[in-house]
Amino acid sequence: MIEIRDLSLAFPNPASPDGRTVVLRDFNLSVAPGEFIAIVGASGVGKSTLLRVVAGLVPPNSGTMVHAQSGDLRGRRPYGLVFQDARLLPWRTVRANVAFGLEGLGLSRAERRRRAEEALALVGLADKAGRWPHQLSGGQRQRVAIARALAVDPDLLMMDEPFGALDAITRQSLQDELLDLWRRTSKTILFVTHDIDEAVYLADRVILLAGSPATVRSEDRIATPRPRARDDSAARALVTRIRDRLSDLMDGGGI
Amino acid sequence: MTPPASQNGPGAETPAPGKRIPPSAFLAKPSRRHRGLWALLGVIAFLAVWEAVPRLGLVRPVLLPPPSAIPQAFVAEVRSGQWTDAIVHSLVHYFWGLLIGSVTGIAAGVLTGMSRRLEDFTSWVVRLLRPIPGLAWVPFAIIWFGVTPTAATFIIVLGVFWINYFAALGAVQAVDRDLLELADAFGHRSALAKLVKIVLPAASGTILAGLRTGLGQAWMSVVAAELFGVPGLGQRMMQASSLLATDIVIVYMATMALFYGLVDMGFVAVRDRLMRWKA
Repeated sequence: MIEIRDLSLAFPNPASPDGRTVVLRDFNLSVAPGEFIAIVGASGVGKSTLLRVVAGLVPPNSGTMVHAQSGDLRGRRPYGLVFQDARLLPWRTVRANVAFGLEGLGLSRAERRRRAEEALALVGLADKAGRWPHQLSGGQRQRVAIARALAVDPDLLMMDEPFGALDAITRQSLQDELLDLWRRTSKTILFVTHDIDEAVYLADRVILLAGSPATVRSEDRIATPRPRARDDSAARALVTRIRDRLSDLMDGGGI
Repeated sequence: MTPPASQNGPGAETPAPGKRIPPSAFLAKPSRRHRGLWALLGVIAFLAVWEAVPRLGLVRPVLLPPPSAIPQAFVAEVRSGQWTDAIVHSLVHYFWGLLIGSVTGIAAGVLTGMSRRLEDFTSWVVRLLRPIPGLAWVPFAIIWFGVTPTAATFIIVLGVFWINYFAALGAVQAVDRDLLELADAFGHRSALAKLVKIVLPAASGTILAGLRTGLGQAWMSVVAAELFGVPGLGQRMMQASSLLATDIVIVYMATMALFYGLVDMGFVAVRDRLMRWKA
């Protein structure tokens, strides 16, 4: 459903000899419909930038990206994005925040409202539709942000460390909610995180990005069926392997 | 309604049960009722001192009429029809000056805030024009418009314009970049969509604060603009002072204060309604 070929990304940097800093090099990724993919890596490795390239917010320097659209895009958007901070608009009610992406799609007001409330129900916040963002907890705000991304009925849901700012307990319950949502909506998910445990717990495939410029250092497929146990021994072993690889790369000057 | 004395006080520790921490002299939060009482006491003390000064013969009443003399002067002024005349004229100047100055000031500030090129282009013009006080434009106002309501309105517009211009400019430039990225991510990529969906609402708090400052500034400009002979309360105050009718001068000062208070109260009510999303 998405084919990314030889993607490279550089920022202008007058201090470097060739006038730019390459952040990401030769990135290849092929995502199947309905797949849950996690991209892990240390902070600053370019994971978030990668998401922004896929979302079309930042143009790539080279490479191609083919996005096979699934069916009719009328009344929908190809991507839904969830940021690390919930990034709600404080002057909009929860319902109006969720409807943000639905505006400009030619939908009637009633239709936007219905879609927003559906999405809110998906994240279990139907009763908070009329609240202001400041009246919600951090976890609730992030669920509203997820609802906002789901409301546009995207082919691809992209999440940029969405649970990174939450406390451990809230984070775990939102991870489980996300898996539940994924199962019910069968969305394709591209999930960026620096938390290897989280990646291994959630995803079908875990891609490790490291180095400067960042390249794909490993890719692991996780076949364990869901629901998964958080203390599953195979998963623990994989987490350790990925962590070791990362520290080897760091010791070896690969980063 | 008496909140604990130490609530939010600086360096407040948890008090032992039943014990009150003595409130610090600064920043201690008195209850709302006490605050109203103190405000009232302040007004009474002010009026008492004012009344005492001419009555004790410290100052001749013609230089400072006591407050007790004002209601009588007010009634006489209203009966003569001059009060209503002056107020209606002044309110017309005030309304148009405020409206034109605020709308153009906010529009110019928002536009400049959204375009770096426009900001550069106008930076020196703004720097040169801004420090010129509204009163300094009176000669030109008279040359261009004569001694007319238009001239008075022009002076008021100038005073209100800059306040709103700088408030709107600063507010737009301070809009969180992340929110603009959010608009991009959800398909609102045109400048107009960003303006309507992100920039204006995000800047509204500061823009409204600028508008409110303008409400006060406009009254100052009204007096200044009418001093050179355009009918209104400024002109009437000048007439009264040249006749040493100081009580009449005070009638108009109080009138202005009252109108400002009403307008400001109404504005705050509307603002609080608009900004009810604020925590």
